[in-house]
Amino acid sequence: MFGYEFMRQAFIASTFIAITAGLVGVFVVSRNMSFLSHTLSEIGFAGASFGILIGISPLAGMIIFTLVSSVAVGSLSTESSRREASISAISSLFIGLGILFLSLSSESSSYATNILFGSIVGISAKEVHQLLILAIFVIFIFIIFYKPLSFDSFDHIGAQAAGLKTRLLSIVFLITLALSVSIGAQIVGSLLVFVLLTLPGATAKYLVHSMPKLIMVSVGLSLAGVWLGLYLAFITNWPVTFFIAAFEVIAYFLGLSYKNWKLSH
Amino acid sequence: MIEAQNLTKRFGNQLVFQDLNFKINDGDFISLIGPNGSGKTTLVKILMGLEKKTSGKLLLNRKEKIGYVPQFRNIDLDYPLSIEQFIRLNLKFSFSPAKRRLENVQIENILEKTGLTQLKDRPLGLSSGGEKQKAYLAQALLNDPQVLILDESTASLDIKVKMQLMDLVQQLNQKYNLTVIFITHDYELTKKYTQRALLFKDKTIEQLSINDISENMFEREG
Repeated sequence: MFGYEFMRQAFIASTFIAITAGLVGVFVVSRNMSFLSHTLSEIGFAGASFGILIGISPLAGMIIFTLVSSVAVGSLSTESSRREASISAISSLFIGLGILFLSLSSESSSYATNILFGSIVGISAKEVHQLLILAIFVIFIFIIFYKPLSFDSFDHIGAQAAGLKTRLLSIVFLITLALSVSIGAQIVGSLLVFVLLTLPGATAKYLVHSMPKLIMVSVGLSLAGVWLGLYLAFITNWPVTFFIAAFEVIAYFLGLSYKNWKLSH
Repeated sequence: MIEAQNLTKRFGNQLVFQDLNFKINDGDFISLIGPNGSGKTTLVKILMGLEKKTSGKLLLNRKEKIGYVPQFRNIDLDYPLSIEQFIRLNLKFSFSPAKRRLENVQIENILEKTGLTQLKDRPLGLSSGGEKQKAYLAQALLNDPQVLILDESTASLDIKVKMQLMDLVQQLNQKYNLTVIFITHDYELTKKYTQRALLFKDKTIEQLSINDISENMFEREG
């Protein structure tokens, strides 16, 4: 399968995307932001179609939209119930906008399919480079903020009590989340990017009990999902996204069963 | 030592308290009492540097580290980290192996001090209320603070566990000369463990000896 240039590109891109998503996912889950990451991917869809409409790359459109909205959503309200309602209102608006932009841009509907469902196999060398740079940037931010971000994400009240700048940390996190959504959408599509951003992190939570292990297991599951997905897609000609989603969901339920089994023993 | 002279705090036009005068010596074990909304938490925030005073003086050695155990924590059954890992959250990042070894010693010591050594690998989400409180305490004590503030940390526990936790705090107070400020609505615990009290009343503070404390000071508002 590596005899093909496009498969090599796909492999490199998805490897970095999986590492980023697995890493960020641990924090998405602990900060209870699965729902927000889903909304961001819908906003990303609108951003990508906007990009197509005005003639910039879909990735750039996606990044602009998700960055702006993640910071806006983050400052909307700290009260979670109100935040949930605001987020769902915003997400419906953005899906509508995405559809509008696409119909205005007179591009073929294959573009929409690519954005919504992912198009990793058709990725160009230039796009791979962009994704690599973004992924490395996100990983770099996480290394810098690893300790305070872990504290804030796994014990928000304790972090406040210890005098950490939790508001700043929240913005830093939202920015990295926006970037991760944008790059993750390139492989699994904006409809399913939250599969990679939440499920490996959620599964890890059932299996291990330390920060380094949570990250390792989450990144591992994410990598296993995309690698297996690429391989199976290559031999069956079925969509990569399907295999990734199926793998992560099965892993999640196995993890959950393992936890329940352990609790009852 | 912590000393307040005419310490006053307003939020806009709203007066929280004025002219607080009190002194807390090293190694004191005092309680901070008064109805809800009387300014206890605001005072604590000022002590910790999270909130600014409006006027007056607060004398406090800046090198003096304060450990704070907040009232509520959202740790559910699915909370993944083990007790040790939870305590470790309060460590700074370090690459140097020497520093890491030092941190490991620090962790071992705090687990020992709080009686959590045997339980360190247990997921915090599956721990009992008392064990959780000990873990919160251990996390706050990790950086060797000279002052410990407990914000009604015992409120949700049953009486036996409350006593165990307070016994532990008392031990630390006596053995390491740790200054303890206990914010509470509990008359019995105040009588049993603290040496004196600061009572918030009519927007100011009264310093009371343990004999002057009576049960009617603990009536909650609302």
